[in-house]
Amino acid sequence: MTDDELIWRIAGGSGDGIDSTSQNFAKALMRSGLNVFTHRHYPSRIRGGHTYVEIRAKDEPVKSRGDNYNFLLALGDSFARNPQEEAYYGNEEVKPLSENLDELREGGVIVYDSGLLDASEIENFDERVEENNWHVYDLDLRGLAKEHGREVMRNTAGVGATAALLDMDLQYIEDLMEDAMSGDVLEANLQILEEAYESVNENYEHTHDLRAPTGSADEEQVLVSGSHGIAYGALDEGCRFISGYPMTPWTDVYTIMTQHLPEMGGISEQVEDEIAAASLAIGASHAGAKAMSGSSGGGFALMSEPLGLAEITETPIVLVEAMRAGPSTGMPTKPEQGDLEHVLYTSQGDSNRVVFAPGDPAECYEQTRKAFEIAYEYQIPAIVLYDQKLSGGHQTVPEEVFDEEPNPDIGSVVTEAELEEAVQEAGRFKRYMYDDEESGFGGVSRRSIPGQKGGNFLASGNEHNEVGHISEDADNRTIQMNRRMAKLDAIREELTETSDHQPVYGPEDAEYGILSFGSTKGVIEEAVDRLNEEGHSVKAMNVSDIMPFPKDEVTEFLESVDESLVVEMNASAQFRRHIQGQLGRFGEKLYSLLKYDGNPFEPEEVVSGFESRLGEEADLSQYNVRIESATGD
Amino acid sequence: MSAFNAIGEERDIDRDEFTPEIEPQATWCPGCGDFGVLKALKQAMPEVGRNPEETLLVTGIGCSGKLSSYFRSYGFHSIHGRSLPVARAAKMANPDLEVIAAGGDGDGYGIGGNHFMHTARENHDMTYIVFDNEIFGLTKGQTSPTSPKGHKSKTQPHGSAKQPIRPLSLALTSGASYVARTAAVNPNQAKEILTEAMEHDGFAHVDFLTQCPTWNKDAKQYVPYIDVQDSDDYDFDITDRGEASEMMQEAENKLYEGEVLTGRFYKDSDRPSYQQEKQATGDMPEEPLAERYFDDDYEWERSYDLLDRHK
Ligand SMILES: Cc1ncc(C[n+]2csc(CCOP(=O)(O)OP(=O)(O)O)c2C)c(N)n1
Ligand code: SF4
Ligand SMILES: [Mg+2]
Repeated sequence: MTDDELIWRIAGGSGDGIDSTSQNFAKALMRSGLNVFTHRHYPSRIRGGHTYVEIRAKDEPVKSRGDNYNFLLALGDSFARNPQEEAYYGNEEVKPLSENLDELREGGVIVYDSGLLDASEIENFDERVEENNWHVYDLDLRGLAKEHGREVMRNTAGVGATAALLDMDLQYIEDLMEDAMSGDVLEANLQILEEAYESVNENYEHTHDLRAPTGSADEEQVLVSGSHGIAYGALDEGCRFISGYPMTPWTDVYTIMTQHLPEMGGISEQVEDEIAAASLAIGASHAGAKAMSGSSGGGFALMSEPLGLAEITETPIVLVEAMRAGPSTGMPTKPEQGDLEHVLYTSQGDSNRVVFAPGDPAECYEQTRKAFEIAYEYQIPAIVLYDQKLSGGHQTVPEEVFDEEPNPDIGSVVTEAELEEAVQEAGRFKRYMYDDEESGFGGVSRRSIPGQKGGNFLASGNEHNEVGHISEDADNRTIQMNRRMAKLDAIREELTETSDHQPVYGPEDAEYGILSFGSTKGVIEEAVDRLNEEGHSVKAMNVSDIMPFPKDEVTEFLESVDESLVVEMNASAQFRRHIQGQLGRFGEKLYSLLKYDGNPFEPEEVVSGFESRLGEEADLSQYNVRIESATGD
Repeated sequence: MSAFNAIGEERDIDRDEFTPEIEPQATWCPGCGDFGVLKALKQAMPEVGRNPEETLLVTGIGCSGKLSSYFRSYGFHSIHGRSLPVARAAKMANPDLEVIAAGGDGDGYGIGGNHFMHTARENHDMTYIVFDNEIFGLTKGQTSPTSPKGHKSKTQPHGSAKQPIRPLSLALTSGASYVARTAAVNPNQAKEILTEAMEHDGFAHVDFLTQCPTWNKDAKQYVPYIDVQDSDDYDFDITDRGEASEMMQEAENKLYEGEVLTGRFYKDSDRPSYQQEKQATGDMPEEPLAERYFDDDYEWERSYDLLDRHK
């Protein structure tokens, strides 16, 4: 918890433009050569409600939101001012200030809009300021904005004040404003920015030490979210068809795709429900397009039956599942990792699918590309599983991550020439051939596409024989099941051959391990660094291949440690159960650290969880986390 | 050059081409109306001039869903109620295909009713055949959305308390641009109507009365039938929504009074198809998307070129 980092929190009303203001501020920090990580917290409603965005900036790589924060910009909440509905709104107005004090670090900075917020309404405010050695700057941001433009521009005034207090160069912020605005609006904003900057420097004594860190990153960086990673991965794989139905947080990736598809000659469809969404992806893929769909928990539940249809008809599709806290509607804007088993097993019959769980935006890009490659080569549904935290959180990523060639290959498809040959040899094309040596992959028989000469066949959700006719013949059934199920072993083998597959973080010979999947990756890496600095001996593995599971790598990892913590954001330890189920052992070595309060882990919680298990003094009661032992094998 | 050489072949097409090489033994009961749909469809195809390999037939689940097993073409036997979303996406991915969706009254008006409404509203250029036997055939005779009020079955032993659905009116209000009703017992009309439906540039809905002698014994065999276009008792303009709507209501009411009114009920030849609407706003490519994956010269866009917004 050093102050070589800035964690800036901008708080205000939902719908007050906090998102775009924070985006620009984050980019300004990035342009100054810093690494940046953003975290957004918002309630599940459009009007009103307290929201904040946190931006963590550091010269070293940043992998998580960090612990607490050190600079608060509290703006007014324009939707909280409704005197007629006192009972409903209560004293919402002061919440952007009052609600954010608990997590502000000692010695932190507070800037608040005295034009809208009255600190005297907060109980013991002055005492708390003194106790925590906070540095408070009250500024009439609203007044300033009104004077030179419109009241809504108070966000800009807040940024100007922040820049002055942190000794930041205004140039980066001004450049960004010039990119985003023009005319009178730009003029007014620039004036407000500079006015606020100067007024803070002239009229306030700077009593705090915190300054913006100096950045030294020299490679070109981009600020992207996990949803961008997924969308860009899909586009680079030649995916030009998406069908969806809005649901938070899946809507992020869906809208990014929809923004770009028309200009790339692609098709985006908003449909009547998620059953249709998944079915459309199947129809488009069957007819020869690279297609995807997706949803969040509830919508993904509706996709269960089409998902099974894709499995048995061997129609390639990629589905995205953006997890949020469940069950049912749960907490729509809060992250959780509670859909792991849902995604693995939903739909009738033996599950036959691939599941990836990327850990950061770069992995989102890479693994979505992998998902398409596997889906289309092996004719199997592939699911990219991520969550609300990774969906909306932005992170600096080297631009070169995206400097890759497109791959529009549609996989194991026959040509018309091959079809002609097949028809000559066998009388007709066998779409579901028992042993298609030409395909070159375990279990895969090549498919034809409607419109191809000589390739007609029936794709059926009923069990079928080699040419596609419905069949309940016992031998055929066994062969077809075995053939389809064999794909998973072949895929596991192919994935294992990829270099730096399932990398281990931390010292190789460490005594203890931490296992996780998906978006907890960065937090755990930070916790591992801290633990090793404190003298512990810990390494971590963030598993991204959920199915097929990398059995050898995880076995090797677990054999090399005395014990391993399994960290996940759900209440029933689904990932730990998955590990035990896949490996059939290690129960005695595994224990869980679970969190399901709607907020992602902070590094300190992982550190404390780890230490408490070693019998060290660590007070877990201050956190909403729980330690649980595995039941053994 | 197209990657799909079955599409647009200039040649005579024979109805026998639509009979599978190895014909699976039909699982339909003797006397079942479903045979009538198969026959009419096979007869209509040469009229429309489309061959088996440029045709995609997507079916749902039910006795009716087996149509794709006995009809030779590219086929997709999907899941209960979901033939339309599969079919319409295939049409968007490759508009050069002749796309037909088919299923039962339970499949299309019950479990898949939402898709029916929305696919009609979008006016995809495809044909949707609903085998309307007023019963759940495959699952052994339960009440369906078109079963008459009072109809008794094992799942509604005291008789259905529900008004049956009005399939023609529903299609019209939802936005279908061609709506017709025919019957298995009227093969000539059936063939003609299916031909017109396929030739129509928009969503064509055909409510196809198919008698189920096994489970719907008390139901009429849909004879005698009246072709509203041939009858002197009925005179209405099928291009007028209001008149069409009234005629549909009458046909729907009369069916339950024992009078079978069939024929064309509505046709709007001016309404652009979904593809045309989307292409007009730049939301869909002019060339079939499916062709692009076979085009070695196509310059695929890269996400790397989108990064400016993130800097
Ligand atoms: C999701 C789902 N629910 C129920 C079924 C069982 N089921 C199969 S066909 C059918 C009804 C068939 O009636 P209809 O659609 O009218 O077709 P018909 O057999 O009369 O041609 C039902 C309920 C199923 N296959 N899938
Ligand atoms: S049960 Fe009825 S609908 Fe099904 S095949 Fe037999 S007669 Fe036809
Ligand atoms: Mg029926």
